[in-house]
Amino acid sequence: MEERLYGDHRMDDIDLAAVERRALDELAAACDSAAAAAWRARYLGKKGEVTQLLRGVGALPADQRKQAGQTANRLRALLQEAFDRRRAVLEAFSSAPSAAIDVTLPARPHRQGHLHPITLTLREIERAFRDMGFAVVEGPQVEWDEYNFERLRIPADHPARDMWDTLWIDYERDGRYPMLLRTHTSPMQIRYIERHRPPIRVIVPGTCYRYEATDATHEWMLTQVEGLVIDEGISFAHLKGTLEAFVHRLFGPDVEARFRCDYFPFVEPGAEVAIRWRDGRWIELLGAGMVHPEILAAAGYDSARYTGFAFGIGVERTAMLRYGIDDIRYFYNNALGFLEQF
Amino acid sequence: MKLSLRWLAEYVDLRLPPEELAHRLTMAGVEVEAIEKIAGDWDHVVVGRVQALAPHPNADRLRLATVDVGASEPFTVVCGAPNIAVGQAVAFAHEGARLVDARSGSFRVLKRSNIRGVESAGMVCSDRELGISDAHEGIKVLSEAAAVGTPLAAAIGDTIFDFSLTPNRADLFSALGIAREVAALTAGNVREPERGDTVGELPPEGSISVAIEAPDLCPRYVATLVRGVTVAPSPPWLQARLEASGSRPINNVVDITNYVMLEFGQPLHAFDFDKLRGGRIIVRRARADEHVTLIDGSGHALRTDDLVIADAEEAVAVAGVMGDALSEVSDDTSTVLLESATFNGPSIRRTAAALKLRTEASTRFEKGLTPELALEASRRATRLFVEVCGGTVAGVVDAYPQPRDPVSITLTHERLARVLGSELPPEQVVTPLEALGFTVDLLPDGYAVTAPYWRSDVRIADDVVEEIARIVGYDRLPSAPLQGAVPDPDPQPLRDTGARVRDAFAAAGLVETINYSLVSIDAITSVQALATITDRPPLAVRNPMSEERNVLRTTLRPGLLESFATNRRRQRRAIALFEIGRVFHPRPDDLPHERTFALALLGGVGPKAAVHEGSGSAADLDFFEAKAIAQSVAAALRLVFTYEAAEDPALYTGRAARVLVGGAAIGCIGQVAPAVAARFEIEEPIYLIELDVDALTQVIAERGPLEFTPPSRFPAVVEDLAVVVDEAVPAADVERLIARSRLVERVELFDLYRGAPIPAGKKSLAFSIDYRAPDRTLTDGDVAKARKGVSKRLERELGATIRDA
Repeated sequence: MEERLYGDHRMDDIDLAAVERRALDELAAACDSAAAAAWRARYLGKKGEVTQLLRGVGALPADQRKQAGQTANRLRALLQEAFDRRRAVLEAFSSAPSAAIDVTLPARPHRQGHLHPITLTLREIERAFRDMGFAVVEGPQVEWDEYNFERLRIPADHPARDMWDTLWIDYERDGRYPMLLRTHTSPMQIRYIERHRPPIRVIVPGTCYRYEATDATHEWMLTQVEGLVIDEGISFAHLKGTLEAFVHRLFGPDVEARFRCDYFPFVEPGAEVAIRWRDGRWIELLGAGMVHPEILAAAGYDSARYTGFAFGIGVERTAMLRYGIDDIRYFYNNALGFLEQF
Repeated sequence: MKLSLRWLAEYVDLRLPPEELAHRLTMAGVEVEAIEKIAGDWDHVVVGRVQALAPHPNADRLRLATVDVGASEPFTVVCGAPNIAVGQAVAFAHEGARLVDARSGSFRVLKRSNIRGVESAGMVCSDRELGISDAHEGIKVLSEAAAVGTPLAAAIGDTIFDFSLTPNRADLFSALGIAREVAALTAGNVREPERGDTVGELPPEGSISVAIEAPDLCPRYVATLVRGVTVAPSPPWLQARLEASGSRPINNVVDITNYVMLEFGQPLHAFDFDKLRGGRIIVRRARADEHVTLIDGSGHALRTDDLVIADAEEAVAVAGVMGDALSEVSDDTSTVLLESATFNGPSIRRTAAALKLRTEASTRFEKGLTPELALEASRRATRLFVEVCGGTVAGVVDAYPQPRDPVSITLTHERLARVLGSELPPEQVVTPLEALGFTVDLLPDGYAVTAPYWRSDVRIADDVVEEIARIVGYDRLPSAPLQGAVPDPDPQPLRDTGARVRDAFAAAGLVETINYSLVSIDAITSVQALATITDRPPLAVRNPMSEERNVLRTTLRPGLLESFATNRRRQRRAIALFEIGRVFHPRPDDLPHERTFALALLGGVGPKAAVHEGSGSAADLDFFEAKAIAQSVAAALRLVFTYEAAEDPALYTGRAARVLVGGAAIGCIGQVAPAVAARFEIEEPIYLIELDVDALTQVIAERGPLEFTPPSRFPAVVEDLAVVVDEAVPAADVERLIARSRLVERVELFDLYRGAPIPAGKKSLAFSIDYRAPDRTLTDGDVAKARKGVSKRLERELGATIRDA
């Protein structure tokens, strides 16, 4: 097509502009001297495109010849200049004394920050539930017995209190010690329903405390994520569906979740969820259940109309499974050798 | 709770392998925590019967036992066990048996041997030798029922389930309770153990009286008088049962009470009736200053809300916990008063906790037993007394002032579907419930359900729903994604700020730690002003696990300093740590004010890598590195931090600054005072950044959302300005005055110089300044005017002189 254009002597500025653009693009793409030389031959050599073009000027009608000649010469000069610059750059690279660097030298020192694996795991858990429409709130770590136990249907002298060995605050009132370090995040169930009306869909991450000797699987300080969903029409099926979705999100779609009957005074029916781990064992991950109707009624909800479910996820356990950590004591030892792996 | 499957099999057919059965029970809420097998490599070990004993000719402590093992000839072997007796069924090992060596604990194969001149071809074994337990005081005595010649594995091999039971299910703390679950889960039937006669069939006993003076704490008291009892060791089958459940046999009377407790879940107590003064049983609250000495020899002062069992004079038992030493059954006892009673759970729990005496009995009572159970268990025990101890029932008193009605619950189809999320066909409702002993009547809209007498935990419709669900199997119930309205968002600005600071610290190369919230008061004292601590002492833990962790932290400093020190002991590199966490500021008669702080600590020398031509080494971690980190937090929050010299008890005076946003203090930064560092065994300069995340959240809220300003399209004029000021003038003051000019867009200090020609006591600060207007290109005249204004302000307000101006 170009042949035809030149052959017809229809050379004008638009054509030349296109040639210029194409030539400069190609030059920019030439990354070594050989490629640059080939480019030069293609455009500026004896049989080069621009040289040919200049030759064609003579064939034009006299009235166009002068203008066309000037334009084509300008183009040749421009390309020559561009070529010289490009050649200089390429030569500078190829002749620099340290042309090759030892790419295996260490990176320039740079402090690398890390988030704690509990933070990372909490964020994963939060994202999973946020995607299902849950809000994320927090509650106090120092609690009243009333919220931590009594209003969760665990009165004083109830045998279920043995499920939570408690660190008590040295604060006496009326001959009793009503203040404690919360043993679970469940008191926030009560605090939340006091101040909100259905629909409720919330998780509460937070630190809890137990009077417990420390070993590879027990820590006296621990992190939980409480969950609470209350609305009309919420059933055990939703409990299962939600927690299955959570398990699949955190551990992969092929990981099985197992629901079995368990007891917590503030739910009925109660459940424990375990996942089948790689080695075939079932590992307990969280406790759950349908919110006890007496707890809904105590908050002024119509418990015949509203139902809900609650759950409490052990965050350390989740992190241990996700990362293959075999000793819970790593979490609060804060050894850099541990923390820097996350 | 441990339970032998051999025993369990007496009440229900076990049709599943133990592992499968354990799984089914666990899924239904009856968790089997461990499965223990009583078995060994018992080839060549059989049941034998001791036919005769003769003294060893050459050794006083050894005897020759002739044992029938079902072969044509009995074996005579040497035995040193003191408890061996003629007629006993024993475990007899032939040559070639693999046994545990009692001394070394390792296995060895039994060989024919000569013991003090007597050839012995075999051995009567102890528990330890059989690998069952460590007991080696004597030989293992088997149940009399064991058939001679039977391989030992067939005679006593067993599987023990160790249950982790939930406190709501008092009924499960018993063999019968577990059997009922097994029956319900495997479509089996429970074989009830045989009981004695019912109350009406027995003569009321005129010689005893029972008075319940505290009916609120004791709804029922069944007292049975058994005369003509012979106290002796229990038969082997009974001892074996108790041992398999981890209970130590004592004598037949006590063993029966323990056995029935393990079987029915109802604790019983046997009094020596002749030692009860006045033949009376009074159930009452303890009197003031009443004392009791219990069977275990411990003495206790009782409180007036402790429930006791008393005779005509004094307390003879702490109800539901333990009997006293005086009325205890002894070898001379011939008349037993058997107590089977129902006590108030919380009361028993309170008393047991106060006396620090949690017994098998009290842990069962505290979970709440039913009054019906008391009668059933007493009938069972009476039967065993007659069979095992040769007694006769002389009479019974059943004190049950206010019989309770059975709990009847209506479960509608609607409720069942509402809770489970699906309809269940009636047979899936009725079958599981009836298998569990419930009675079920169909109603037009649901079911009328009555719980069996042993279930104290089923009170409302949802309790019944759980019973159905757990027998059907949670795994077989439907699952559905959440639907319906998503609640309104519930913004949590404090959490958001915390997350942003956390990310900023990590991005600035710091490693996040999480430290314990409990510290020692001493650690707090070392980093905070004493006045703060005495004014508002940190909240203390009443039952701390250690003195190092006995108060709630009011500052993050001690924890992070400890973490720094721990890591410093392990490595020499630069260390940069941070934590974002709660501190607890006490408030009078209220929960503490929980505030969120961010704290960073850094120290040490960065790696001096000299391998990169033309590039510097990493900065050492010093004050200005700390400030750079603070600045990156400020940038992440889109805030401007300013710094002014300040003092802090934990910081090096002269190297500490308050951090402000506008006029609000939001934290501090500085070098940790060497004495404070030393308290945490840190012997190097370390630097701290502390930010009050609550305060930051507040200033972010006050600032409001960010607003965009279009960048100026006009060029800047860049000039340098050298300012000479007194040493004492902070650089930031100079910078602030320069920046006050409307045309100054940016000020940057790039040189600090002291020395000739600058006079002593002065310093020269060189700033690079960008002048720019948003709406036009500045002329030389504009810049000159602005420069002049800046110079004048500096001269006037700071006494500065401008160099080369």
